[in-house]
Amino acid sequence: MTKLLILIVVVLGILAVAQLARVYELTSRLRGKREEDISDADNRMNATLMWLFPVAYFGFFLWLVLRYKDKMLPVAASTQGEDTDALLNFNWWILITVFVFTNILLFYFAGKYVFSKHRRAHWYPHNNKLELLWTVVPASVLFVIIIYGLTTWQEITAPASPDAVQVELYAKQFDWTARYPGADGMLGATDYRLINGENPLGIVTAKAIATRLSEIDQELAETRKQLEGVLPDGKAAELEDRIGYLERMTMRIINLRTVMEQDIKAKGEASAYMHGADDVVTKDFYLPVRKEANILIRSRDIIHSAYIPHLRIQMNAVPGMTTMMKVVPTITTDSMRTHVMKDEKFDFILLCNKICGASHYNMQMPLIVTPPADFDAWVAEANKKPFEPKEEQAVPAAPVADSTATASKDSTAIAALPATGK
Amino acid sequence: MGAHAHTAQAGHHDHHHHEESFISKWVFSHDHKMIGKQFLVTAIVMAWVAVIMSLIFRLQLAWPNEGFAFTNFFLGDKWAPEGVLDPNMYLALVTIHGTIMVFFVLTGGLSGTFANLLIPLQVGARDMASGFINMLSYWFFFLSSVIMLASLFVEGGPASAGWTIYPPLSALPKAMPGSGAGMTLWLVSMTLFIASSLMGGLNYVATILNLRTKGMRMTRLPLTVWALLLTAVLGILSFPVLLSAALLLLLDRTLGTSFYLSDIHLAGEALEQTGGSPILFQHLFWFLGHPEVYIVLLPALGITSEIISTNARKPIFGYRAMIGSILAIGFLSFIVWGHHMFVTGMNPFLGSVFVATTLLIAIPSAVKVFNYITTLWRGNIIFTPAMLFSIGLVATFIAGGLTGIILADSALDIAVHDTYFVVAHFHIVMGMSAIFGMFAGIYHWFPKMYGRMMNTKLGYAHFWITFVCAFGVFFPMHFIGLAGAPRRYYSYTEFPMFDGVVDLNVLVTVFAIIGALAQVVFTYNFFYSIYRGPKAVQNPWKSNTLEWTTPVEHVHGNWPGPIPVVYRWPYDYSKPGKAEDWVSQVTPLEPDEEEH
Repeated sequence: MTKLLILIVVVLGILAVAQLARVYELTSRLRGKREEDISDADNRMNATLMWLFPVAYFGFFLWLVLRYKDKMLPVAASTQGEDTDALLNFNWWILITVFVFTNILLFYFAGKYVFSKHRRAHWYPHNNKLELLWTVVPASVLFVIIIYGLTTWQEITAPASPDAVQVELYAKQFDWTARYPGADGMLGATDYRLINGENPLGIVTAKAIATRLSEIDQELAETRKQLEGVLPDGKAAELEDRIGYLERMTMRIINLRTVMEQDIKAKGEASAYMHGADDVVTKDFYLPVRKEANILIRSRDIIHSAYIPHLRIQMNAVPGMTTMMKVVPTITTDSMRTHVMKDEKFDFILLCNKICGASHYNMQMPLIVTPPADFDAWVAEANKKPFEPKEEQAVPAAPVADSTATASKDSTAIAALPATGK
Repeated sequence: MGAHAHTAQAGHHDHHHHEESFISKWVFSHDHKMIGKQFLVTAIVMAWVAVIMSLIFRLQLAWPNEGFAFTNFFLGDKWAPEGVLDPNMYLALVTIHGTIMVFFVLTGGLSGTFANLLIPLQVGARDMASGFINMLSYWFFFLSSVIMLASLFVEGGPASAGWTIYPPLSALPKAMPGSGAGMTLWLVSMTLFIASSLMGGLNYVATILNLRTKGMRMTRLPLTVWALLLTAVLGILSFPVLLSAALLLLLDRTLGTSFYLSDIHLAGEALEQTGGSPILFQHLFWFLGHPEVYIVLLPALGITSEIISTNARKPIFGYRAMIGSILAIGFLSFIVWGHHMFVTGMNPFLGSVFVATTLLIAIPSAVKVFNYITTLWRGNIIFTPAMLFSIGLVATFIAGGLTGIILADSALDIAVHDTYFVVAHFHIVMGMSAIFGMFAGIYHWFPKMYGRMMNTKLGYAHFWITFVCAFGVFFPMHFIGLAGAPRRYYSYTEFPMFDGVVDLNVLVTVFAIIGALAQVVFTYNFFYSIYRGPKAVQNPWKSNTLEWTTPVEHVHGNWPGPIPVVYRWPYDYSKPGKAEDWVSQVTPLEPDEEEH
């Protein structure tokens, strides 16, 4: 019924416009006016609107600034953020000046030089001096913007110092996991083939390799056994493919074991393969205030992006490579709550900023910035308790719960959709 | 249906006056004017699909998780149970909205329409260099549009990985429902689109370089033709790279190759692909993607140059500087693609090179803006709807261009990358500017296309509502973005930190709805005027360019007599010593007259 009503309203609306246009056409035909002849009244109306528009335009801009200036991001909570905010404000002054200046010229001229039969346009095809002026002036301003911008860029992308706090952020659909080095101060090597329920980041240890190999062995045995029974069409080929996959996976993990052993033999304690066992894998993300942190970012499945707006930092998480960003937080979570935001519930938020699927809009993790002593205490505490993997399916609440579920082991994401319901 | 090769120059054109069948005139036409109209009507249909999609996701953003009969009407119970938009379908809608607007409306629709209509008419040629390839170009475009629309109806929904379809999300059907059959159809559709674009582009370049009439030197070409020439060159050089990116993605999807895939553990299983890089795709994509921005924008700027000059009754200021800036923008657009990738982990030094090259584009852009403004200065401005849209384009080009300076600065880009600030920026500078250019072109050349006039009063209503709504929709988005709100989020309800700015989403959606209604006015005006508009005269705008020397009723071959000879540049408006305030390009110079 509502559909019908909407349809009727739309149709009637179009008819009304059509009739108005028809009436206008008939009257102008009666007056002998041609469509391309723009009357003085029309020209004047548009000229007036050209002058009124910038008033509304700048008014809207001002209203937005005044009303929302306190709702933008608050003061940057990192040294990098302080630098980029200064650069941003510098740019704003230039850009808003140019914005106002050029718009005033544009709309003022458009309204002022409206057509008149008694006047002729000024013949002015070119003027090299003027053109040189507005090539050189923007070029010089841009030169300053480029130099200032690149100086800041160099500072914030320079490698972190060796004694920076090491943290790894690990992304997958649709959550984040953090990893801190244990007492040895080094993060261990990882391999995605070792990922399982107990080892969600695929940290390489002799034990993890052995566990994964035995899991695969078990599945191989089961699959081979299935293959002996009577099977429906196509099922046998599917199982053979699976066996091939598992065998290749076994070979690659054995190869990984060899690489690990050789690396340890060659480098001893310096080998990254020696340092995985004591890594802290956690769903909590802590950083010490006023200490440099080197954040390494990895992804398990597709591209995500680690974005912490309050610290003004962002870096993609790309499967197959490790990206990094450094940051020195300057305000603790507590200070933000009590002094800056005056909101007891405030948290720094790490959010995903690269489209990654249905629950992209809720892939977040709070960040706690604490005094260094508290941070050390937290790491020590976290070291003691083993990582408790959260339920793989635990996806944050969404309006259509099923459709946002991460694909589980035995069903694809498509099959998890209620609508397609395979 | 004989193939007419109207490459003939002045004087022999008498072989093509036989009666044409319905099919060869209306369907598989070789006539560039008809092909231009076919592109335009297809683009209008596609644009409506994209507009309705945007209304659906704007409703969700303004009033998250509420049911709307409108949403349910278009998406049905599968994707909008009780009118509440499904999160997967939300991503599908933003993806296809972007794809259609960028490629089908602002590339196919804009270039396809005006390159076809204007190039032969303005350079003084009887038709395109190859009428047959030109026809193929349209039908590939048509097929590609049909496949893109068909992809909306497959199980799992259309492609949903964003219009940039970054792998691995787009490569792995298990990553999201839209990466199944919908993604395959997207790639097939784009492959055909690229073929269409290449056939069109080669034809445009060949026609402009070879078929100019006597006296039409390169420095006497209207700026529309210059802009369309550079657009075609950009397309020819960059679209094949997108094709290669799409083909490699297709291989990754179907044959288990690993161009873009490495070390992926998805759906509880380690994939076997190793050694590829998702970043490779981004490099290939943006090698097209950035020139694409100018493929969209340059024709609009060319159209505007022509219309502003004609309706200000004043020569375009700095004609040679305008050509120079088109060339500079065209060249620079090929060495800036990395500015889309500052936060991908690309080497920071490489990033700084892209910062410098990107910011350089602001120089020719500034020259263009100041030249437009100077053209208006002391002009004698007639406010046709086309003129209004052209002035509107200059305003959006300023507003959007300036925020580009922030996004090009890598250190600043980190803070606002992929937020609504970016959405605001590119919709204003590319979306609005290009669509304003397209509207301007439609109002201006409608009499040339259909021999009738569009209704001016409806044109005024269309412009002013659209202009106000354009800023009403996209200006507040800067503020949403500066609050840190990411784009492509289904809702912001999970983040208390955005509570302060989400009410702007309501404002944006209200403006979007009003703006969409204004397009109903346009669409009605367009189709009504095709059949019932007042008959046009030969040169309604008193314009200098060659297309206005052809008869109102179309003839195959454009000029019934010999092709006109050109004696002057196209911008002799209000030239001192002339009785009229315009002098057609076909008027010979007087003995002691300087050209300009």
